[in-house]
Amino acid sequence: MHATVGGKEILKGVDLTIKDGEIHALMGTNGAGKSTLSNVIVGNPAYEVTEGSITFNGQDLLAMKTEERAHAGIFMSFQAPIEIPGVSMTNFMRAAVNARRQALGKEPLKSTDFLKIMREKRKLVEIDQKLMNRSVNEGFSGGERKRNEIFQMAMLEPTFCILDETDSGLDVDALRIVAEGFNKLRTEETSAMVITHYQRLLDYIKPDVVHVLIDGKIVKTGGPELALKIENEGFDWIKAELA
Amino acid sequence: MSESNEFVRNVAEKKYEFGFTTDVHTEIIDKGLNEDVIRIISQKKGEPDWLLQFRLDAYRYWLTQQQPTWGHVTLPEIDYQAISYYADPTAKSKDSEKKEIDPELMKTFDKLGIPLEERLALSGTAVDAVMDSVSVKTTFKEKLSEKGIIFCSISEAVKEHPDLVKKYLGSVVPPKDNYFAALNSAVFSDGSFVYIPKNTRCPMELSTYFRINARNTGQFERTLIVCDEGSYVSYLEGCTAPMRDENQLHAAIVEIVIMDNSEVKYSTVQNWYPGDAEGKGGVLNLVTKRGDLRGVNSKLSWTQVETGSAITWKYPSCVLRGDNSQAEFYSVAVTNNHQEADTGTKMIHMGKNTRSTIISKGISAGKSQNSYRGLVRVTKNADGARNYSSCDSLLLGSECGAHTFPYMDIHNNTATIEHEATTSKINEDQLMYCNQRGISTEEAVGLIVNGYAKDVINKLPMEFAVEAQKLLSVSLEGTVG
Repeated sequence: MHATVGGKEILKGVDLTIKDGEIHALMGTNGAGKSTLSNVIVGNPAYEVTEGSITFNGQDLLAMKTEERAHAGIFMSFQAPIEIPGVSMTNFMRAAVNARRQALGKEPLKSTDFLKIMREKRKLVEIDQKLMNRSVNEGFSGGERKRNEIFQMAMLEPTFCILDETDSGLDVDALRIVAEGFNKLRTEETSAMVITHYQRLLDYIKPDVVHVLIDGKIVKTGGPELALKIENEGFDWIKAELA
Repeated sequence: MSESNEFVRNVAEKKYEFGFTTDVHTEIIDKGLNEDVIRIISQKKGEPDWLLQFRLDAYRYWLTQQQPTWGHVTLPEIDYQAISYYADPTAKSKDSEKKEIDPELMKTFDKLGIPLEERLALSGTAVDAVMDSVSVKTTFKEKLSEKGIIFCSISEAVKEHPDLVKKYLGSVVPPKDNYFAALNSAVFSDGSFVYIPKNTRCPMELSTYFRINARNTGQFERTLIVCDEGSYVSYLEGCTAPMRDENQLHAAIVEIVIMDNSEVKYSTVQNWYPGDAEGKGGVLNLVTKRGDLRGVNSKLSWTQVETGSAITWKYPSCVLRGDNSQAEFYSVAVTNNHQEADTGTKMIHMGKNTRSTIISKGISAGKSQNSYRGLVRVTKNADGARNYSSCDSLLLGSECGAHTFPYMDIHNNTATIEHEATTSKINEDQLMYCNQRGISTEEAVGLIVNGYAKDVINKLPMEFAVEAQKLLSVSLEGTVG
C-alpha cells in the first residue's frame, strides 16, 4: 500500500497482516511513516492512498468513511489528543457510544446505564470523575490526556486498536496504569498496532510481532527480541543491513 | 443538555421546514405608502384620532430621513412603494361572521407547532398568534384576566385599554428614534400588548408567534409590555416566514416598561426565512427593541437565538434608569450562506449601582457576515455602575466573517467595565478526532456549536431551549466537510 500526504509520498509499499488477538509493535526512525500508516488506517482525509488496499474483517476500509471505520471497531489512541472546548467528556462519550450502537442497529443507551458504564470504565484507567465534566481534553495534563484515550477505548470496545506513542509523556506509574488498563480490556479477538520508540511500553504490552518501518517500507520483522535489540543498539545496524 | 445529540439526529437532513405558504383569503390593501394608506390602516383598525395623529407625525418625520447605512450589512435599496402595508388573513367575504377563525389558519399554526386551541396548548403558555398584519387569536385571555393581567393584540388594546396604550406607546422608543422606528410608528399593524398589574407574578409564559404569509407585504410588529411594581413576567417571541424569492420586510418595535422591584424576561427564537443558498430572498429583519428599567431594583433580561433573516439589524437595549436596576443580554446569532447579521445591545446606565451583563456568541458559516455591535454608556450620575461584556465568535469555514464593534461611553469614574472577546474556529483536527470516535461531521458540528452556545441556551425557557438547539443544528447543516 502506498500513501501520500500533501502530495508527498510517505508510504512506499507497506504490506502488513494482523490477525485476531495479535499485538504488532511498529518501531522506526522519526519520519519513517508510522503515524501516516495509522492515519491511513483510521481514514484521516488529509492522507491519500495512491495504491493498494486495506481490508478489515473482510471489509474494504478505503471505501468507508472515518466514522464508519470507527463503527466497525477501529480505534486510535492519538499521539496528541485534541481539545474540544464546550463539549463535556460525558456528552462526547455519549455521542460516540450511541453513534456506534446506532450503526450496529442497537438502541441508544439509557442515561443511567450509560453513566454506570462510564463509572466502571473510569476505574479501569483510574481517571478522575472531575475530568468527565470538563470539556474534552481541555485543561488535561499530558498524562491525563493519554489516560483519557485509553478510557475512550474502554468505552468503545474496539476490536482493533492503534496506540500511537501512547507512552510518550507518561511517567513510570502512569505508563503502568495505562498499559495495564489496555491489557484488561483485551479480549481474544482484540488486535493492536502499538507504535513506540521504547521497550518500556512493550514490557507491559507484549508484542507477538515487531516491525521496523524505515523510509516508508517495513524493512524488518521479528519477534519481541527485535524490540529489545533496537532498544540497545538503535536502527543503524538495520540500515547497514539494507545498504 | 444531555439530550442534544438526539435532537441533532432527529433533525438531520431537514432544511428550512417552515417555508410553506397558507392558502387563505387575505385582504391586502394596494401597494404603496402615503398618508392615505396610513389613514386606511388606522380606519381599518378603528383607531382613535390621537393614534392616527401619532402615525402621521411619524410618517412625516420618516419622509425627511434617509435609510441608515452604518450597519455592517449590505441592505438593499428598499422600494417602499412596492410593499403592501396591510394584509388581513382573517378577513372573510364581507357577509360572513368574522368571529370564526378560518380552519386553514388554525392548521397553519398547528403545523408551526403553535396550537391555538387551549386544550392542546403547551402547558403554561399563552399565545398571541399574529399572521401578516393581524392577530389571529390570543389564548388564555380570560384565565389571565382573572389576575388582572392584560394579554391581547395591540389593536385590541387600543380599543379596550386606550389609556394604558396612550400612556406608554412610544415612551420607550419614540417615533423619531431612528429611520425604521419612524416607519414602524407610521404603519405598525399588530403585535402584542401585555400589562402585569402590581404585585402579580404572571402564572404562565406569554408568547407571541409572528408569521409572515402574504406575498409582497411587510410586517410591522408592535409590541408593548408594561410590568407594574413588584411583578414578574416571562415573554417569548417566535417567528417564521415562507420561502419566497423576493425579500420581505419585517420592521418591528418592542417596548418594555419595568417599574419598581419588577422583572421581565424576554426570549426570542428568531427563525425568519434566511434566503436560499445563493442569497436570494429572505426576510429583512430591521428591529428596534428596548426596555426602560424605570423602577428601582428592576430587572430585564433579553435572550435571543437568531438563526434566520437574510439581514438582521437589531439591538435589544436596556435603559437602566432606576437605582440598582439590572439588565442582561444573552445572544446567539448564527449566520450561514449569504446571511448578514449586525446585532448586539445597548446598555445605558443612568441609575446608581446599576449592573449589566452582555454575553454574545456569534457563529458564522458559509459566506456570511456576523457582527456584534454594542454600546455601554455610563452617564455622570450613575455611581457604581458595572458592566461585564463577553463577545465570542466561532467561524466555520474560511469564507465567512466575524466582526466586533464595541463602543464605550463612560462619564463616571466609579464605573467598572469589563470586556472580553475571543474568536475561534472549528478545525479539521477536532472533526477528525470526533470522526475517529464514530461521531459524524454533522453531529460533531452540532455538539461543538451547542456546547459553544450553551451559556445562552440555558437561559431560555425549557421548550424554547429545545427548539433553539434544533435550530442551531439545522441552520449549520452542511457547513463543514
